[in-house]
Amino acid sequence: MTTAVLSTRNLTKQYGSGSTRFDALKGVTIDIAEGESVAIVGKSGSGKSTLMHILALLDSPTSGELAIDGLDAAKLRGARLNSLRNRTFGFVFQQFFLTPNTSVLDNVMLPLKIARVPSRERRRRALAALERLELAEKASSKANDLSGGQKQRVVIARALVNDPRIIFADEPTGNLDTATGAVVQDLLFDLNETHGITLVIVTHDEELAARASRRIYLRDGLVVDAIDVHAPVRSAVAS
Amino acid sequence: MRAVDIVKTAIGNSFRSRLRTTLTVIAIFIGAFTLTITNGLGTGINNYIEGQVSSIGAPDVMTVTKPAETTAATDGPPKYDPRAASAVAADGPPGTPSVVAMTSDDLSAIADVAGVVSVEPVLNVRTDYVQWTDHDKYVLATSPLGSGVQIELAAGKQFDHASGQYEVILPTSYVEPMGFADYASAIAQPVTIAVTDALREQHVVEATIVGVQEETLFGATASLGDALTTELYDLQSIGLPESSTTEYSSATARFDTAVPAAEVQRSLVDAGYSGSTVADRIGTFQTVIDGIILVLNAFAIIALLAAGFGIINTLLMSVQERTREIGLMKAMGMSGARIFALFSTEAVFIGFLGSAIGAGIAMIVGGFVSGILANGLLAGLAGLQLLAFTPASIAAVLLLVMGIAFVAAVLPASRAARQSPIESLRYE
Repeated sequence: MTTAVLSTRNLTKQYGSGSTRFDALKGVTIDIAEGESVAIVGKSGSGKSTLMHILALLDSPTSGELAIDGLDAAKLRGARLNSLRNRTFGFVFQQFFLTPNTSVLDNVMLPLKIARVPSRERRRRALAALERLELAEKASSKANDLSGGQKQRVVIARALVNDPRIIFADEPTGNLDTATGAVVQDLLFDLNETHGITLVIVTHDEELAARASRRIYLRDGLVVDAIDVHAPVRSAVAS
Repeated sequence: MRAVDIVKTAIGNSFRSRLRTTLTVIAIFIGAFTLTITNGLGTGINNYIEGQVSSIGAPDVMTVTKPAETTAATDGPPKYDPRAASAVAADGPPGTPSVVAMTSDDLSAIADVAGVVSVEPVLNVRTDYVQWTDHDKYVLATSPLGSGVQIELAAGKQFDHASGQYEVILPTSYVEPMGFADYASAIAQPVTIAVTDALREQHVVEATIVGVQEETLFGATASLGDALTTELYDLQSIGLPESSTTEYSSATARFDTAVPAAEVQRSLVDAGYSGSTVADRIGTFQTVIDGIILVLNAFAIIALLAAGFGIINTLLMSVQERTREIGLMKAMGMSGARIFALFSTEAVFIGFLGSAIGAGIAMIVGGFVSGILANGLLAGLAGLQLLAFTPASIAAVLLLVMGIAFVAAVLPASRAARQSPIESLRYE
């Protein structure tokens, strides 16, 4: 049995207090194994983005536990937290979040720059990542001169340039037409299948979710259903 | 991020919105330009005054006089004092208190004062004229020369007091009327100097021109070497009773530089004398000029403070504009401290750009303006470089502006550093 790379126990997250209190998560317990592809599915307001943000250490839960490789995330602070974020996670966002007026290469090199990789090395690795996504000839173009599909491929190149173990994708095809969306889907699942990178996709698109090895359905901050295609790990259902 | 990457990224970021950066740089430029000019003005004028000072007195020399007892008007007529009868009008600006003549007893009393190394009387020589071969005769005003004085020369060299030769240094204004072709050709030429004694008999002494003196703030007077001064003094004293040839209006005392001048002055006052260094007399000028420069600098600093708020504004807009980018960098593991460093470096760079351009242009303009003034409006003040720039003052301006820029960056940069990645990434 594979070990859980991410596991949560009874996670809750509240925004505001008193009458304006809003419970985004009401007790979520899930385990995600190394090399899995998991789709977190739900409507807007279901808490799926909040869950992803907590899993990616971008946000902290109000209560409950999160462990990464069995390590309590609440105990991670400062430099260790930053280096874990930098080395372990890659992000693909619906809105791309590319820095405009900056070259594609510079955008892809950003995680390496933050990781203090020497400049020649980061150039080589960024070009290799762009090569893999067939974007090498766009390296010196400005990020805002690209089409939507190209932008999302640049984002994927940026996500994998630092050899992450987990890629978080927040509605990765949300801003793309069906054809380019399909290409991006293929790329993401290929990374998961051939390189063993754990993939966590947040989406409301059933079609995209169907390609994941496991789907976790959220509604009103609770896990309501879990469909396990390959059943590598027993998924816990919400309490 | 490595420090070098932070600097490179910050510089790159500052050029991303060119118009905004340019406008902020202009604001800083105005402040830095003004500050450099006012500093240059202070340095230039003070340099000039210092040059003038060294031509009238060495730093370890004090002019010592014996002040007359001042009597308040209400005290009635002062009592007769046989010594006060020989009071001499002291040379100096109006308001200089009258002094009592000093005798050799006074000189030895001064020499005994703690800190005084040597004392010599100031010999006032009143010459009649100076003449080169058979050219016209000119009235020669001389000024008593304290020991250790460095004269600002246009040509020639300083006195060699040890040589015992009769040496004279003439001001530049004498050279042409006396018949010399130029300054250099006057050097080493013999001139005759005439002096009249108490019996109305004129004596002539032959002396050599060793140097030509630049005109100073204190007028164009010739300087005589020690040997020549003594010779002329002796000649003009022929026929005077001995008591009056051994009375002097003032003396110059050389003091030990290890002892503070103020302490020597206090000891002199205790002994009944009054001593003043050149720095004392000229210090008043410098204090006034320093005061004026301080006020001008304050205006420049006010301009810089205004520019500082410009930097705050620019950076706040920058942070706002780059909210997502900041969030992304944080999500990718960039620490808040480095985000802070990134934005404050950007501010410091903008400050550097503005101050470097401001100081550079101020130096070019300053050099140009003082060049024009030196040949026009201020041509009469030879040696005055109105605006002088020292590397230290330029570096100080640069550092000050960069410091202000850094302080201005604290608010926006810490706002950026504190941003939560989630809020930033949600930001629309």
